[in-house]
Amino acid sequence: MVQFAQQVINGMSLGSIYALVALGYTMVYGIIKLINFAHGEMYMIGAFLSFYLITTFKLPFFLALLISMVLTALLGFVIERIAYKPLRNATRIAALITAIGVSFLLQYSTMFLVGADIKVFPEGFTNRTFNLLGVGISLKQILIFSVTAVLMVALNTLVNKSKIGRSMRAVSADKEAAALMGIDVDRTIAITFALGAALAAAAGSLVGMYYNTISPLMGVTPGLKAFVAAVFGGIGHIKGAMLGGFAIGLIETLVVGVGYSLMKDALVFFVLIVVLIVKPSGLLGKGGREKV
Amino acid sequence: MNRMKGLFLVTVSSMLLLAGCSSSSDKIKVGLNFELSGAVASYGQAEVQGIELAIEQINAAGGIDGKLIELIKRDNKSDAAETTSIATFLATQEKVSVILGAATSGLTKAQVPVANQYKVPLISPSATADDVTNDGVNVQPFVYRVSFIDSFQGITMANFASKNLSKLKAVILGDQSSDYAKGLAETFSAQFKSNGGTVVAQEAYVSGEQDFNGVLTRVAQMDFDVLFVPGYYQEVGLIIKQAREAGITTPILGGDGFDSPVLFELAGKDALYDVYFSQAYSSLDQDPMVTKFIADFKAKYGVEPNAFSALGYDTALLAVDAIRRAGSSDPEKINEALGSTVNFQGVTGSITVDKWHNAVKSAVVLEIQDGTVVGLQRVNP
Repeated sequence: MVQFAQQVINGMSLGSIYALVALGYTMVYGIIKLINFAHGEMYMIGAFLSFYLITTFKLPFFLALLISMVLTALLGFVIERIAYKPLRNATRIAALITAIGVSFLLQYSTMFLVGADIKVFPEGFTNRTFNLLGVGISLKQILIFSVTAVLMVALNTLVNKSKIGRSMRAVSADKEAAALMGIDVDRTIAITFALGAALAAAAGSLVGMYYNTISPLMGVTPGLKAFVAAVFGGIGHIKGAMLGGFAIGLIETLVVGVGYSLMKDALVFFVLIVVLIVKPSGLLGKGGREKV
Repeated sequence: MNRMKGLFLVTVSSMLLLAGCSSSSDKIKVGLNFELSGAVASYGQAEVQGIELAIEQINAAGGIDGKLIELIKRDNKSDAAETTSIATFLATQEKVSVILGAATSGLTKAQVPVANQYKVPLISPSATADDVTNDGVNVQPFVYRVSFIDSFQGITMANFASKNLSKLKAVILGDQSSDYAKGLAETFSAQFKSNGGTVVAQEAYVSGEQDFNGVLTRVAQMDFDVLFVPGYYQEVGLIIKQAREAGITTPILGGDGFDSPVLFELAGKDALYDVYFSQAYSSLDQDPMVTKFIADFKAKYGVEPNAFSALGYDTALLAVDAIRRAGSSDPEKINEALGSTVNFQGVTGSITVDKWHNAVKSAVVLEIQDGTVVGLQRVNP
C-alpha cells in the first residue's frame, strides 16, 4: 500500500510535466486545428534557456524559470508569425508538415549551437525527502506539483475570466464570426502559441531541475507522450489535457511498478488506442464543437 | 632474428612498392572512427585524445622506420549506420593501414563486416562485449580489442561482490538496449550464483530514460544487499541519485561504463558512496609508464586522463607496435602481426592477444566514497 502510494507520487510528478506540455498542444489545436509538432522543442529550448540563465548568469531557479518562460513565449510567438501564419489558409497537412520541419530545425540548430552532449542541470538547492507515513516526497516533487498547480490555475483563470481568454474562446468557436465581432484573430492565435510555449518552457525547466540532465533531443519522447495525453483527454480541452497528462504519467509509473519496465510505452499507447475506440473524441471530448 | 626478419620484410615490401610504382606518399595512414558527438561522445573524445598524444610522440621520435603516421579522423555521431559508412570510406577511399575505433561494442560490431571484407585490421580501445571479436565458434579475422571483455568484467564484479564485500543477494538493473550491459548482466548473474549468492530480481531500462523512480521504488521494497547496474554513465548517474533518494543504501556496482565525469555531476556527492566499478586502468597506479603517460597527457590537454584516454593511448601504441613488427603498411601483414601480440606493455597493463582476439589482461576495481574515487584493487584474469 505504501509502495503504491509512493508510485502514485512518482507518477504524478511525471504526469505534471506531461500535463504542462499537453496544454500547449491542446490550446493550439483548439484554436487552429493544428497539431504543433514543434511543441516538444519549446520544452527543450525552455530547459536550455533556464540552464544558461542559472549557470552563466547565476540566477536563482525561480527567476530563471520565469525569464525562460517569457523568452520561450516570445519564440513561440515569432515561430507562429514566421512559419504558421503564412499558411493560415493552406491545407491542414501543409501546416502539419511545416510543424514537423520547424521541430527538426529547432532540434538540430540547438545541437549545432550547444553540441549534442547532455548537459548537467545544476540543482541550485539541496534536495530533501519528507516522510509522510512511510511515503517519501522530495522537495523537488513538491516544487513540481506547486509550480504545475499555480500555472494551471493561472491558465484556467486567464482563459475563463480575462478579455484575451474570451477572444481565445471566441476564435476557437468560430474564427470568422469572431473576426466580424472585432476580435484580432491573428493576435489571439499568436498569443495562444506564446502561452503554450511558456507552459512547455516551465515543464522543460522543471524536468531539468528534477532529473539534472538536458539535451537537444530531450523534447522528442515527452513531446509525443504529451500529445498522446492531449488526445487521451480530448484534444482541444484544457481540463482534458491536464487529466490526460496525469493519467499517462500514472499509467507509466504503475506499469513499471508492477515489474513491466520494458512494456511501459507499449501500454501507454495501448490505453490510448482503447480510449479512442471506446470514446473517439477522448475522455472529456464531446465531439462536435471544441473549446480552447 | 626479429630484426633480420623485419629488415627483410622492409626490403621486400619496398621492392614491391617500387615495382607497383604506387609509392605516392611516405606516410602511414591510420583511420579513426569514433563517437565524437552523440550519446556516448565522452568515451570517443577521451580515446581520440589518447590516440593523438601517442601518435604525436611516435611522429616526434621519427615515426615508424622513417615514415610518419597520418591520422584520418571521422566522427560517427554515435550512430551505427554512420559508423559503417565511415569504415567503408576509410578502407576503400583513404586506404588506411589500420582502423582504430569505435569506443562502444555496438558501433565496433557495425564495422566488423567492413573490416573483414576489405581486409583492414580494426582495433577497438573499449569494445567489451564478448562477441565483438568472435562468435564463440569462429574468430573475426580482422578485429581486435585492447580492453578486457564483458564476461571478465561481470565475473570480476561478481567475485568482488561475493568475496570482497561478502554479499549474498543481488538485484540487477541493466540497460536492455545495449549489448555491453546485457553481456555484463549475464556473466555477473552466472558468476554470482556459482559463488553461492542469489539474484533476487533482474530489472531493465532502455537508454535515454530519465525517470527510474518507478522501478527503484519497487526495488527498494525487496530484500537484497547489493545492486548491480550494468549501463552507461548518462543513465547510471541518474539511477544512483534516484536510488539513494528512494532509500536504497546498499553498495552499487557496475562496469567501466560508470567512468565519466558526467556520472559524478549527475549523481552528486551525497549519493556517491559505496559505489564500485571495474576498469582497465587507474590514474592512482604508480607504474612509471603510467605516471609518465599522465604527465604527458596533462601537459598536452591540461586535464587528467581517464581510463578511456589510456585505452586510446594503448590502442595507438599497439597499432604502431604491429606496424613495426610487420615492417610494412600493408593491412594484411599488420593483421598477422596483431594476431601474434604477446606481452605488449601498455599503460593499461600487459596485453596478450589470444586465439579469440581478446586481450588477456588484468582489471582494477575502483571505489567511490563521498563523491570521489578513493581507492583501487587489482584483479587478475
